[in-house]
Amino acid sequence: MKTRRLDNYGKINRDKILSFSWDKKNYKGFEGDTLASALLANNIGIVGRSFKYHRPRGIFSSGVEESGALVTIGSKDRRDPNVRATTQELYNGLEASGQNAFPNVNFDLAGINNYLGRFFAAGFYYKTFMGIPPLEWGKGTAIWMFFEKFIRKAAGMGSASGLPDPDTYEHAHDFCDLIVVGSGPAGVAAALEAAEKKLDVILVEQDSLIGGNQLAENDFDNSQIKNQLENLGIKIMTRTTAFGLYDNCVVGLLERVTDHLSAPNVNIPRQRFWTIRAKHIIVGAGAIERHIAFNNNDIPGVMTVNASKHYLNRYGVLTGKRIVIATNNDSVYETAHQLSEAGANVTVLDSRTNFEIETNKSFEIRKGYVPYNINGSKKIDSLDISKNETINKSETINCDQVLLSGGWSPAVHLLSHRGVKPKWDYNNACFLPSDTKENITMVGSSRGLWNKNDCIASGIAGTTDALNRLGISKTNYFFPKPGGWKNPIQPLYEVKYKKSRSKSFVDYQHDVTTDDVRLAHREGFISVEHLKRYTTLGMANDQGKMGNIIGLSLMAELLNKEIPEVGTTVFRPPYTPVSIGALSGRNVGKHFRPLRVTPMHQWNIDHGAKMIEVGLYQRPWYYPKENETLSDSYIREASTVRKTVGICDVTSLGKIAIQGPDSTEFLNRIYSNDFSKLQVGKARYGIMLRDDGIVMDDGTSWRLAENEYFMTTSTGEAAKVMSWLEELLQTRWTDLNVNVTSVSEQWAGVSVAGPKSREVLNNCVDDSLVVTNNNLPFMGVTSTFLKGNIPCRIARISFSGELAFEVYVKSDFANTMMDLLWANAKKYDGCLYGLEALGALRVEKGHVTAAELDGRVTIDDAGLSKMASTKKSYIGSAMRKRGVLKNNDREILVGFFPTNLKETFNAGTIVCEKNNIKGQGIGRITSVTYSPELGHWIGLGFVKGGLDKWKDTNLVGADPVRNKQMNLKVVSPHMIDPKGERMYA
Amino acid sequence: MIRINCPYCGERDHSEFSYGGDATINYPSLDASEKEWTEAIFFRKNIKGFQFETWHHSNGCRMWLVVERSTVTHEIKSVKPCHPNLQKVVENNK
Repeated sequence: MKTRRLDNYGKINRDKILSFSWDKKNYKGFEGDTLASALLANNIGIVGRSFKYHRPRGIFSSGVEESGALVTIGSKDRRDPNVRATTQELYNGLEASGQNAFPNVNFDLAGINNYLGRFFAAGFYYKTFMGIPPLEWGKGTAIWMFFEKFIRKAAGMGSASGLPDPDTYEHAHDFCDLIVVGSGPAGVAAALEAAEKKLDVILVEQDSLIGGNQLAENDFDNSQIKNQLENLGIKIMTRTTAFGLYDNCVVGLLERVTDHLSAPNVNIPRQRFWTIRAKHIIVGAGAIERHIAFNNNDIPGVMTVNASKHYLNRYGVLTGKRIVIATNNDSVYETAHQLSEAGANVTVLDSRTNFEIETNKSFEIRKGYVPYNINGSKKIDSLDISKNETINKSETINCDQVLLSGGWSPAVHLLSHRGVKPKWDYNNACFLPSDTKENITMVGSSRGLWNKNDCIASGIAGTTDALNRLGISKTNYFFPKPGGWKNPIQPLYEVKYKKSRSKSFVDYQHDVTTDDVRLAHREGFISVEHLKRYTTLGMANDQGKMGNIIGLSLMAELLNKEIPEVGTTVFRPPYTPVSIGALSGRNVGKHFRPLRVTPMHQWNIDHGAKMIEVGLYQRPWYYPKENETLSDSYIREASTVRKTVGICDVTSLGKIAIQGPDSTEFLNRIYSNDFSKLQVGKARYGIMLRDDGIVMDDGTSWRLAENEYFMTTSTGEAAKVMSWLEELLQTRWTDLNVNVTSVSEQWAGVSVAGPKSREVLNNCVDDSLVVTNNNLPFMGVTSTFLKGNIPCRIARISFSGELAFEVYVKSDFANTMMDLLWANAKKYDGCLYGLEALGALRVEKGHVTAAELDGRVTIDDAGLSKMASTKKSYIGSAMRKRGVLKNNDREILVGFFPTNLKETFNAGTIVCEKNNIKGQGIGRITSVTYSPELGHWIGLGFVKGGLDKWKDTNLVGADPVRNKQMNLKVVSPHMIDPKGERMYA
Repeated sequence: MIRINCPYCGERDHSEFSYGGDATINYPSLDASEKEWTEAIFFRKNIKGFQFETWHHSNGCRMWLVVERSTVTHEIKSVKPCHPNLQKVVENNK
């Protein structure tokens, strides 16, 4: 196959030959090539199959607007689908393949869809398979759900690897005075001007090289510009796309760090996701050349004029031999000249009749002519052209390439992200950016300037605008007027030829044709937002970069309106796709969220703990001996606690220091029960309600001194309670003299529980008198020392229902405390117990946790009415009996036994009346355990009306998820030692 | 991203803060009636334009702030501590 590479053109490095594969065949390219330029150089015309009709597709452009050459790069776990061949830099060993085709893009069996095209108009699948008569086979949705997977497979793009991503990604942050997006003449001028005025500047360029569209010029050399920028201290970020603008001048960037390298370096991330906080943003994002809609305008060989210029001058690839350029504007003539100089036979069709252009006559200009049909299927054979006034069969030109320029669309996308609607400019037939109050300035061709000098002037004006807005200067400036061509553009969006059935494409990527737009109009989808969603015009990768204006113009024509009256859809971030990997950065796997461990985490693991996540915390779950299973282990642990003694890490509880003269008053307001008379050296269990009367959290508060308390909260609610207390003190009760400090990390806590717990502690404290029943009665608190002079706080608090103590030391002493307690607990055949045993013990005792206090439960529902003081007002006291909260049939906390004590049940079981097993029943089981003490399964939960109503009734537990059903009886939630004799022992 | 100028920490990303709610609510006394509490808890205006709202600098200095923010543009006009004493301190340090 002949190469299309020219010897004397291009800025590629011919000393460095790169080999790559396309659809498993090997080819060569050069350093500096993109995949697209290398494919073109190797004469590969068909690089993909279209979305719906599976038509052969070639390379349309040379940049991010590419909607034909979407390919899959890499293989196995590094397979990356839907990559634009035009932006993928070539590297040695690159593997690329076509997609949406079987067996390959040259011969695709689904190409038959092209001939069935009339059935595949906009909305076809939905209309057919969602059950509109006469094809209403059963229920619409079910039919759709059945067919959807086949449809999705047939119409599609590349597929993801389905394997874990082997690469790493990073999140990075930076600040600057000014960020300039785009390194064309305008962006560079703006950056230089700003740096000279001592602003801290970041210049962002999506390409690997700076220069913007100047890279398509044969005599452009960016080295001098680069030096200038660097000497002024400007941070240049190439291969970096500004994909979105956000509030307060925040810019999102995606930096492709290794996507152009053969062997990814494991020490650097593949991509970096940057958040830049700037004071001002200048956008010089350029403009995008549009195509023209006419029959078969998608045959491989069709390209934008500017793309061809890029391939010639940057990559040294002549994209055609016999080239026809179709245009409506002046921008193509330099390219036409250069292409013909490079050896192509060039004909320019200009839809305009009245215009003057200087040329050297090396190519033919057909004034007033337009193309209306391409002949050929996998490549262009010839082009039918006609006079523009009436489209009639007149002439056919033999050619192998058709270059199109239907005008230029300024890239207003980034400004659109800020909700700024562009305004239509009749003179230039394009949308121009509107003004904004935010610190964003558009410069260069993204504000509709078509020549270089105007672009440079606008860059400087843009920076002056920025300096003024930042209050640094007060200088007058003006922007050049949009435009800059010698002859005005003549709007040309579609060449309609009614005698043909061929397809005329508006949006290449989604196979949206001009007929689809007309169909949308006929069916009433005339608003641009409806048009977009009905036809998928401008969706997916393309995001309306090339086809949007054509679609709008067609709709405007159908509605007999002007384009600005039809409006335009809102561009949203990202400008070009951002990989999920980059979005997640390092927050994957174990780093998905913060991990919290207690100071005795390693001690627990060393002593055989299996861990479980509770919120962010890792807590000991159970401590299996030898071959014990979870249930063997927790039953043994719970029994040991009841029999002798157990030690459990409870450090994850929230801990808050409350200090100040009004501390007592503060606690009395936030807890539902009375705290006004709590003595120094005593602790009290308390319940906090929300403003609306629902239970927020429970815990204990210990009075350490006259004006000092130590509060514990549940593990899961710790952060919320802390914020709540701060909110109350800083916003509502600003007259209270109270200070709250989170001390959760500062204290390590254990529970020592069981009949032998006092003996164990006795051996561990310096002064054994402090833990006697007299000196430390139930709910007593003392600050004392563990052996070895370790300061500690001990409270006689019981969650298990046994004689029990909570011991807290400063976190640094955690391991010493554990060693000490464990050495002594072993003497009494004690055990270490985990969360599962803790759960079993508290369920037996009827103590509630987050499983019960789920944000729907009142203090009365939880059976804790006696905790609600009637002698004072507190947060939630006015609301706790409002409306539905005072109904008699609310679900009340109860215990459950299986009627047949050999049966088991699970949390989540729905409690129903016999013969009425449906819906939400009359209650639910929230926590279950095997009770070592009772010898069978027990549960906690709620039932409408509570124990009094159902005491002697046989109920049914329905567990449809596990396909289980059992008979239940309702019992008191206090399933063991209801009088609490053990706790007080 | 909204950037909030915390009087204590300086300008920070909104991701450091937690949204509170309407800063103009006068919460009734604890012994007020159910009706008064219902008004204070459940009824909110849906303002288009600037509103006063509370934000908690939860990943910063832990200060509760009154932020005057436009619900349309996210523009922030003022940021003050909620607590009057802290407000005074900030004023005095200006």
